[in-house]
Amino acid sequence: MFKLLILLVIILGVIAVLQLARVYDLTASLRKKREEEISYADNKLNAFLMLSFMVVFFVSFIWLLINYGDYLPPAASAHGEGVDTLMHINMVIIIIVFFVVNFLLFYFPYKYYYRKDRKATFLAHDNKLELIWTVIPTIVLAFIIIYGLATWQEITGEASEDALQVELYSKQFDWTARYSGDNGKFGHSDYNLISGTNPLGIVTAESIEEKAAELEAEIEANRAALEEGRDYLPAGKVEAIEDKIARLIRHKSRLLEIDQYESGGINAWEAGDDDRIVKGEFHLPVGREVEFIFRSRDVIHSAYMPHFRAQMNSVPGIPTRFKMVPTITTDSMRTIVNNPDFDYVLLCNKVCGAAHFNMQIKVVIESEEKYNAWLSEQKTFLAKEAAEEEAAPVETPAENTEENTEPISSETADQSASL
Amino acid sequence: MGGHANHHHEESFISKFVFSQDHKMISKQFLITAIVMGIVAVMLSVLFRLQLGWDGESFKMLNFFLGDKWAPEGILDRNAYLALVTIHGTIMVFFVLTGGLSGTFANLLIPLQIGARDMASGFLNMLSYWFFFVSSVIMLASLFVEGGAASGGWTVYPPLSALPQAMPGSGLGMNLWLISMVLFVASSLLGGLNYVVTIVNLRTTGMRMTRLPLTIWALLVTAILGVLSFPVLVSCVVLLIMDRTMGTAFYLSDIYIGGEALDVTGGSPILFQHLFWFLGHPEVYIVILPALGISSEIISTNSRKPIFGYRAMVGSLLAIGFLSFIVWGHHMFLTGMSPFLGSVFVFTTLLIAIPSAVKAFNYITTLWKGNIRFTPAMLFSIGLVSTFVTGGLTGIILADSALDINVHDTYFVVAHFHVVMGMSAIFGMLAGVYHWFPKMFGKMLNTKLGYAHFWLTIVSGYGVFLPMHFVGMAGSPRRYYSNSEFEFLHWVTDLNTLISTFAIIGAISQLIFLFNFFYSVFRGQKATANPWLSNTLEWTTPVEHIHGNWPGALPEVHRWAYDYSNPEHEDDFVPQTVPLKEGEVAH
Repeated sequence: MFKLLILLVIILGVIAVLQLARVYDLTASLRKKREEEISYADNKLNAFLMLSFMVVFFVSFIWLLINYGDYLPPAASAHGEGVDTLMHINMVIIIIVFFVVNFLLFYFPYKYYYRKDRKATFLAHDNKLELIWTVIPTIVLAFIIIYGLATWQEITGEASEDALQVELYSKQFDWTARYSGDNGKFGHSDYNLISGTNPLGIVTAESIEEKAAELEAEIEANRAALEEGRDYLPAGKVEAIEDKIARLIRHKSRLLEIDQYESGGINAWEAGDDDRIVKGEFHLPVGREVEFIFRSRDVIHSAYMPHFRAQMNSVPGIPTRFKMVPTITTDSMRTIVNNPDFDYVLLCNKVCGAAHFNMQIKVVIESEEKYNAWLSEQKTFLAKEAAEEEAAPVETPAENTEENTEPISSETADQSASL
Repeated sequence: MGGHANHHHEESFISKFVFSQDHKMISKQFLITAIVMGIVAVMLSVLFRLQLGWDGESFKMLNFFLGDKWAPEGILDRNAYLALVTIHGTIMVFFVLTGGLSGTFANLLIPLQIGARDMASGFLNMLSYWFFFVSSVIMLASLFVEGGAASGGWTVYPPLSALPQAMPGSGLGMNLWLISMVLFVASSLLGGLNYVVTIVNLRTTGMRMTRLPLTIWALLVTAILGVLSFPVLVSCVVLLIMDRTMGTAFYLSDIYIGGEALDVTGGSPILFQHLFWFLGHPEVYIVILPALGISSEIISTNSRKPIFGYRAMVGSLLAIGFLSFIVWGHHMFLTGMSPFLGSVFVFTTLLIAIPSAVKAFNYITTLWKGNIRFTPAMLFSIGLVSTFVTGGLTGIILADSALDINVHDTYFVVAHFHVVMGMSAIFGMLAGVYHWFPKMFGKMLNTKLGYAHFWLTIVSGYGVFLPMHFVGMAGSPRRYYSNSEFEFLHWVTDLNTLISTFAIIGAISQLIFLFNFFYSVFRGQKATANPWLSNTLEWTTPVEHIHGNWPGALPEVHRWAYDYSNPEHEDDFVPQTVPLKEGEVAH
């Protein structure tokens, strides 16, 4: 069936080309006209098309503006209102220029199309005119720059002392939010400690011990696989396993370099115990300044919250920050947009792999009380770790060795699950 | 060089058509290669527009053509989608609009318009093409390797591009991408050095810098930008290759991926972006400036009027060229860069709007009270000014860091740069092809088909990118395989379908051009020496190409290139070779 269809398309294509060739030869030879001689009729036709195009162009733009110009609901953050005002002012300016310039650009060709009896006006330059269209854009741009930078400065200024700090941690392909616990301090974290039970690599005495044990088990498992397979595995595979073992040993030695330090009277290894880690959604109190700290585990992601006019990249190795004050609760926004199912989202906006288009976390804005109630329900890192250990005791990579001679990693399951 | 033209030795097929050192042949080679690359890039874009316009719908045809790896069950695969987007961008930016545009017109026009027998070094020029050719072949081949082509977007930000574990496209496909890029840069540098040296040293008697046609000025500034910025891309790429293969950590730090904490610390992914955009932003102007030069020439010729404000046009080219080196940070407002540094980049970026505005108004004044002949080249040039202005204006939004926050990496950006550098530069390239086809091939293109081509192209071009701004303002991120996962994006679905429909119409319209082009090469009307009644030197050469360009002595130049409708002369054009009349004041 498809082959038939394709044959048909090819035949039609050939016919089209032949027809084009005929038209081509006819227009060229029958009229005995040189291609470079543009007839009066052709000039007039194109002049008319210029004007018609302009009209269609403007009308479609206005249609789009009316139907789709109201692109997002009102900004749900304090700085977002400023951004929107700035955007509107800039839009008005550029839309005016857009209309004026495009009008002149399509109107002049319409008006001054070629006529034999006319001669073009010889006008090589005019300093006064040129000065005018250098100075006017300069003044307008000065306004845009100054206004824009004032807004930028406000947005990027230091967060206040009592701002709520929330860490947003990205990995392929989900987000995790972390709240500092009652001690108000985030636990120190280290990427070397990341494991199935400790997705953010929070440093505690237990997590170091646990990770070291996990690595040791992995090393053993790989060594066993190597012993068993040395005779029949291809040389490349053997080498891969040997490499893997060397890497694991280096990894283990890096654990010893994690330093203890004190901050505000709290030992860094204890500060993490009461951190609250949440997935799927995170909550923020309305009207309170929140400072996000973004970290990434693997590649660059970008935390984009269009409803709050907020965005910041999340870069592995380099924490970034963004502050804002949410002003509209989820419930109020549902009324505003007249949609009971509306939810704020944070989405990834820096290409990060196959499931990039679905890397999101729900954002809930609510009153301070509701927020506090929600937060207190979230388990602390210490409690969570204990609970998870009970539910799913230490992963046993050794089990995998039987069928799987690939170098073993503890988190392959986690990876495929998030795909 | 005088004797050069006279020794007529028989040339073999290979030295005439393949390893030619003649700038006119090299120019044709660049053009044909760019057209082939352009066809591929357009086809890739149609494929991913199918997915975006009809999200999740199954096209059995796709499965038939692309197979199970790319389109299982007739739906484009997610990884294939990212590869298509990446290679579409790479081919368009580098191979069509840099190699294709500069390569074609710098090679054709520089010797012909300044009155030189050939480029300063024909050999380097030949090498430049063949590096470009090999680089193109490698880039196309990368589509078919295991794991697919590079998929991290044309900007290939690490760590995504550095770690094979991060995505299938970061394996062999990425290696080929990087190798192809190194060769491409070699090609650009060989070409660029040659262009600069030729323009500076080989101008004919009387061709002062102030009499150069604006095409040459534009190509000169372009070549200088390329020579200064492309080496930075090489270093950027080489460091990435080292990170990928030698265990260095220039761009990597604290990474846990594929169940393993990597042994890398201390690098910075942001360093890559600084290096990349130090090339990447001048690159935008490397793409657009030749197109602006071409349109200056064509608009003046076909308005039968001197280009308005020649000196201002040259000045704005230089200003844009200079400023393009100090604005790269506006691509990185949201990387956590110091907000103060961000402010500096806002300032320098918005400054570019001033020389750009001067250019736009000068074009319009050139049209004013002209006697305008609508050749297809003229139509495309007017289209270029429209897209340059329309796309430039949205740049004001993006350059404003506070506004960039909410439109960064959305379809608003995609629409912006497709209008201002995609459409504009393609229009400039097409205008150049229509205008100089008689010079390149000695034949005329069919005008009627040219009209059909232009009107369909501008309608479908704006049909694609005008609505796309609104998709972006609604918060739709770029490089998303599907918008279905977010409820707030559902309402732009219709627009996406509309955009894809126009994209397909636009792609099909290009067949008219391809037909016209290849048919005319063989069966077109024979060209006359100066079909457009133009002033510049290339139209004083014979229609049949000869080695050395002019049969006798080199022409002498007595005036600027824009004496159209000069009241002191009867004809409405005065070629540059015509001596000044008694009492006539040179412009």
